[in-house]
Amino acid sequence: MIKSIRIRAAITIVVCLVALFYLIPSLTNDLPEFWKKNLPADKIHLGLDLQGGMHLVLEVDTNKALEGTIERMSNDIKENLMEKKIRFRSISQAKNDSITLEFPDRPAREAFEKLLKDSYPDFEIASSEVRDGRELVIIRIKAKRAAEIKKLAVEQGLETIRNRVDQFGISEPEIIPQGDDRIIVQLPGVKDPGRAKNLIGRTALLEFKLLDEDHNLAEAMKGNIPEGDVIAYGSQIDRDSGRRTQVPYLVKNKTLMTGASLETAKVSIADRFGEPYVALKFNAQGAQDFDRITGENVKKRLAIVLDGVIHSAPVIQERISGGNAQITGSFTMDEAKDLAIVLRAGALPAPVTILEERTVGPSLGQDSIDKGLWSTIIGLMLVVLFMMIYYKASGVVANFALVLNIIILFGALAAFRATLTLPGIAGIVLVIGMAVDANVLIFERIREEVRGGKTPRASIEAGYSKAFLTILDSNVTTLIAALFLFGFGTGPVKGFAVTLTIGIIASMFTAIFVTRIIFDFFVWNRKIQTISV
Amino acid sequence: MEFIKPDINFDFVGKMKLAFGISMAMIIISFASIVWHGGLNYGIDFAGGTLVQVKFNVPFSIDKIREAFRPMGINNSIIQQYGPQEIVVRIPEGDSDLKGLSGRVEEALTNAFGKNAVEMRRVEMVGPKVGKDLTKKALLAILFSWIGMLIYIAWRFEFRYAAGGILALVHDTIITIGVFSLLNKEFDLTIVAALLTIIGYSINDTIVVFDRIRENSRKNIKQPLSEIINGSINQTLSRTILTSLTVIIVLVALFLFGGPVIHDFAFALIVGIVVGTYSSIFIAAPVVLAWEKWQPSKIRRKK
Repeated sequence: MIKSIRIRAAITIVVCLVALFYLIPSLTNDLPEFWKKNLPADKIHLGLDLQGGMHLVLEVDTNKALEGTIERMSNDIKENLMEKKIRFRSISQAKNDSITLEFPDRPAREAFEKLLKDSYPDFEIASSEVRDGRELVIIRIKAKRAAEIKKLAVEQGLETIRNRVDQFGISEPEIIPQGDDRIIVQLPGVKDPGRAKNLIGRTALLEFKLLDEDHNLAEAMKGNIPEGDVIAYGSQIDRDSGRRTQVPYLVKNKTLMTGASLETAKVSIADRFGEPYVALKFNAQGAQDFDRITGENVKKRLAIVLDGVIHSAPVIQERISGGNAQITGSFTMDEAKDLAIVLRAGALPAPVTILEERTVGPSLGQDSIDKGLWSTIIGLMLVVLFMMIYYKASGVVANFALVLNIIILFGALAAFRATLTLPGIAGIVLVIGMAVDANVLIFERIREEVRGGKTPRASIEAGYSKAFLTILDSNVTTLIAALFLFGFGTGPVKGFAVTLTIGIIASMFTAIFVTRIIFDFFVWNRKIQTISV
Repeated sequence: MEFIKPDINFDFVGKMKLAFGISMAMIIISFASIVWHGGLNYGIDFAGGTLVQVKFNVPFSIDKIREAFRPMGINNSIIQQYGPQEIVVRIPEGDSDLKGLSGRVEEALTNAFGKNAVEMRRVEMVGPKVGKDLTKKALLAILFSWIGMLIYIAWRFEFRYAAGGILALVHDTIITIGVFSLLNKEFDLTIVAALLTIIGYSINDTIVVFDRIRENSRKNIKQPLSEIINGSINQTLSRTILTSLTVIIVLVALFLFGGPVIHDFAFALIVGIVVGTYSSIFIAAPVVLAWEKWQPSKIRRKK
């Protein structure tokens, strides 16, 4: 028996040492060098609600990505038809996944169908018929391809956002996909949430379009928009009042170039007023295109459109070679920096919307930690006091187990790299209350056995063995509940499930296994005659 | 020290009808309150909307804040004092606009109170889509946790025990929600977490009693079930009260010192633990007895 006590004590000591070993990095800031290099140096990971930061759930508008692809395909088909001299009356995008074409006669229609089969494997014919004397063909993108495009849009969006966040300079961001079309972005310790949101969420589609100066803007505003034109707005800042006003422009719908031709973008300062602007550098192909476009349109106005808003519309003074351009405007330094970042990182393949946002400021996080620790300490002291008064020496044993339980709980949090959240701290407090339950069950049993006239040794034996199954059954049900909590929960609530689960499991070890060693030690080694319970 | 005398023999089973009556009344009141209030007072987690917690470094009044919000057109917002220097603004609609309502709230307050006068402590925005998702997930989590418990107890004990345990659980969940509805307290994600914890705790309590019933009925097969149940409840009473007491002690600490975010969570747990302890004693075991009368178990019929 003495040997068994020694072995069990050794197991307990090893478990506690391991827990402490994982816990040490969280307790001190200056770990020795050899420790950092060779041993686990991770602190307990704090959730965003404790360390402060931003949690975003974004939804990628994958239908827009699909629409965009189909629009490009539709233009491509149109050009191909003209090149192949296949006559057609009209081509238009119907719903977001199909294109309707009308042909003058049957041979043209058949020629198109052949072309489609040969060159556009992504499309299938939804219907091809003569309706009211018109030769109509509706083609539709294949479902499998559509799903691919949508999936790709999410993947690319994720990559683009990751690029932007990396360049923004946030340590340990977490950017992960969720479900089919959602992206979760977690930015710990972000200082300016508004700026971060703007950086992440904007599409940043840069387009170069010509202004239509041949037609009258006022006429167009009345509703007579010339074919191939659109009205787009830009904003203008009145220098005196600082007020932004909306200015309409009549622009040609055709996009001459996009931000995809950029090689890089960076912030520079204009000499004269010290105003920041964004300097663009095109890649080789982009430089060639820009050279040609500016050459063809000297003295015309070129609109720089960002996400549908006209940023500026300077007059092209002369052919611009060398592939450099700049976006000026009334930027603040931060705005210019962020614009450069999003242009470098590239446009999102589809717009995103913010479905959910949770931001906690760093000071609130610290408050929560303080309050959490405070209530943990108070809760612990009250329970310890209660157990000592109610169960005397046995209560002290239970308290010892409780403290071990907490050490193991924190050690496990660090070892498993679990995240500690505010509800997680509440979970720890709850565990303190519930962990002594096992000891209460055992002690009540022992009291019963003692009252029944058994010797201390027999009472302890019976108390532990009878209470064990009860403790197991009752704890398993709590674990089942914790399991559902984990599955249901978002961030903070998951943290609660984690501490509850680890705490309950640790309590089975400390409250049953460890306390038994102490009781056995006194009964076998010291041969005590009465139990203080 | 002893709170409960070892020779206690209170007639719990005899009070069964009274207990059922009280419970039925509480459940009816809970439902009535929910209907009366036109549903629960859902927090933004479920209803969607925006919550902004702001700390002021200068003196402020709610009226002045409301004044500052006027040009924004968010008149249906609820502004609440939240500790000495803080307020919480709840706006029913979510805003997926990049700048978002929170940005506009900050702008409005900065304009009214000056730069650095306000600090944005917390922003939560939940769009309607996410709100719906979360509601569904919460309901499923509660439902499945009931079923999970049912299966586990049916496996470890017998089905009639499981029935008693689950009925007690449903009872605890409804009454806790009812208390929240009566006090018109906000019902959000953390409250669902509290409900799931209550479910876990209450069944834990119940199982201790069941375990004793099982043990005693094996010992004295001839004794009538009602006596066995009553004896078992009395024998475990001391433990039931003690454990609930230690848990409530820590919860009160959490309630008082854990800060406002944890406040309602701790409150829900306190209510749930009290109701759960009551139901373990007065509801769960007596239901087993009622079940037995309605449909005697095979083991007993053979004897």
